[in-house]
Amino acid sequence: MSVVYDIAKKVASMWSLIVGLRVTTKNFFQPQVTVHYPRQSVDNLSTFRGHIELVGQPKDPATPRCITCMLCATVCPSQCISITKAKAPPPEPAKKLPDHAEGPLVPPEKAEPPKAKVIKTPGSFELNFNTCSLCGMCVQNCPVSSLRFSTDVYAAGFSRQEFEYDLMARLRLQAAVLGVAASQVNSPACEDTLERVDPEKYRLAKGPLTQADAVTKGKRGQAA
Amino acid sequence: MHIPMLGEVSIELIRLVLGLVLLAAFVGGNGVVLVWLERKVAGHIQRRPGPFEVGPHGLLQTLADAAKMVGKQLVTPAGADKLLFWLAPLLAFLPVFVLFLPISWGEGIFVLETNLGLVLILAFAGINVVAVMVGGWASNNKYGVLGAARAVAQSVAYEIPLLLSVLAISFMTGSLDLNRIVELQGNWPWQWNVLVQPVAFVIYFICGLAETNRAPFDLPEGESELTAGFHTEYSGMGFGLFMLAEYANMLVVCGVASILFLGGWKGPFLPGPWWLLAKMYALMALIMWCRWTFPRVRFDQLLNFNWKWLIPITLANLFLTAVLVKVF
Repeated sequence: MSVVYDIAKKVASMWSLIVGLRVTTKNFFQPQVTVHYPRQSVDNLSTFRGHIELVGQPKDPATPRCITCMLCATVCPSQCISITKAKAPPPEPAKKLPDHAEGPLVPPEKAEPPKAKVIKTPGSFELNFNTCSLCGMCVQNCPVSSLRFSTDVYAAGFSRQEFEYDLMARLRLQAAVLGVAASQVNSPACEDTLERVDPEKYRLAKGPLTQADAVTKGKRGQAA
Repeated sequence: MHIPMLGEVSIELIRLVLGLVLLAAFVGGNGVVLVWLERKVAGHIQRRPGPFEVGPHGLLQTLADAAKMVGKQLVTPAGADKLLFWLAPLLAFLPVFVLFLPISWGEGIFVLETNLGLVLILAFAGINVVAVMVGGWASNNKYGVLGAARAVAQSVAYEIPLLLSVLAISFMTGSLDLNRIVELQGNWPWQWNVLVQPVAFVIYFICGLAETNRAPFDLPEGESELTAGFHTEYSGMGFGLFMLAEYANMLVVCGVASILFLGGWKGPFLPGPWWLLAKMYALMALIMWCRWTFPRVRFDQLLNFNWKWLIPITLANLFLTAVLVKVF
């Protein structure tokens, strides 16, 4: 009897073939889930981990929160971050003491030397994305949360140099674009600027555009 | 012996040559359409659009691919048997024309009238195995040889139930002539052979999949384990001919299935050729549907399924048919 039972079981298991066909048919008629790239672009980018970028200070979005502690450059296993500290402004020339000084006269050698103001913002913050392995150690270790992943999904280029990012310039540009956009929302004059808020288009415009450029561009838009 | 007059010969010859030219156009055009259709079906089943960019909904994609393939260099691998290596694609493709010859497209629409049409098709369909074997062996490539070995074992095994299931129809109709088999069926589905011989139809279809190396029986190609099996080393149109031959063979399998089991060109309202084309394409859609649904079987499963299930079932079916034909 076991032979008959085995055969019956095998025949019954053929039903799974029908189930499979039903599954593919169902999927055949369901809407597609892919994005037709050149005509559409993806919108679920909040979790996308692109190359890193700087985060601006809340009050001054063009200046990074970075305090040039160099932790990111140190922990980077690929050594693709290079930071230089901003040079302190030249010390103000010592005030000439008036010939007839009022108040107690202190001998110059005993007076405290004028303190050089400590400048903590970086002078330049460069990322060589060619060697970056996107491990995220820099983002994880930044003590002031000055680094985050960008959402540049469609980063592509023809040369290595295009992936050597000047993150300071990038931050200035982002701040300028966002600033102009925020102040002139719904103004048709700044359409080209608003367009650049779109990350994909923005990427194309990521050349060495300074804040001043962006602002003049915005003004030109206003005038027109 | 009747020696045909010059006039008779030339008329037959003209019919044959014209038919072959039309068949060549049909095979080529179908290859283009079917490859596009296959990729579209695959895409939609996997919830993506498939080819989309070249032409409206990617209709011209296959033509672009064909142009690219024709432009490619024909590379012969080092240590390959050059003659056999380039003979194999031709050997795969040339019999295709013979396979289409005896198929009747409508009342009086056929290229070659023969009362042994079925035998002709089954005999020349076997050449495809030789082509695959020669191609795989001559490539001097281990994947090629493995694919060829699988192809031979598979095709030899599956030809038996295929023949036995076809034989059941022959017993019933008492003919090997495809025209005659169609004529004995009616216009309506309940007058078709598939109702009398459902088991033979299912087994014929399964064996057709296996004979044309289609998934889930595509072991000779086996992309995931043998890169591309017997055609690993073929570039450009060498590969193109194998692929064209595969699609043409599928079409022949579907054509023969429609003729034997589904009433051939018979159907209500529309003229014959349209009905045959519709039935062929419906079966092709079924083949594609199966390909994108079922996973590839293992080699032992393939042979076990054949020797332990298909052959006994077809033998029983054939015996039953013979008894019933004798009794009634």
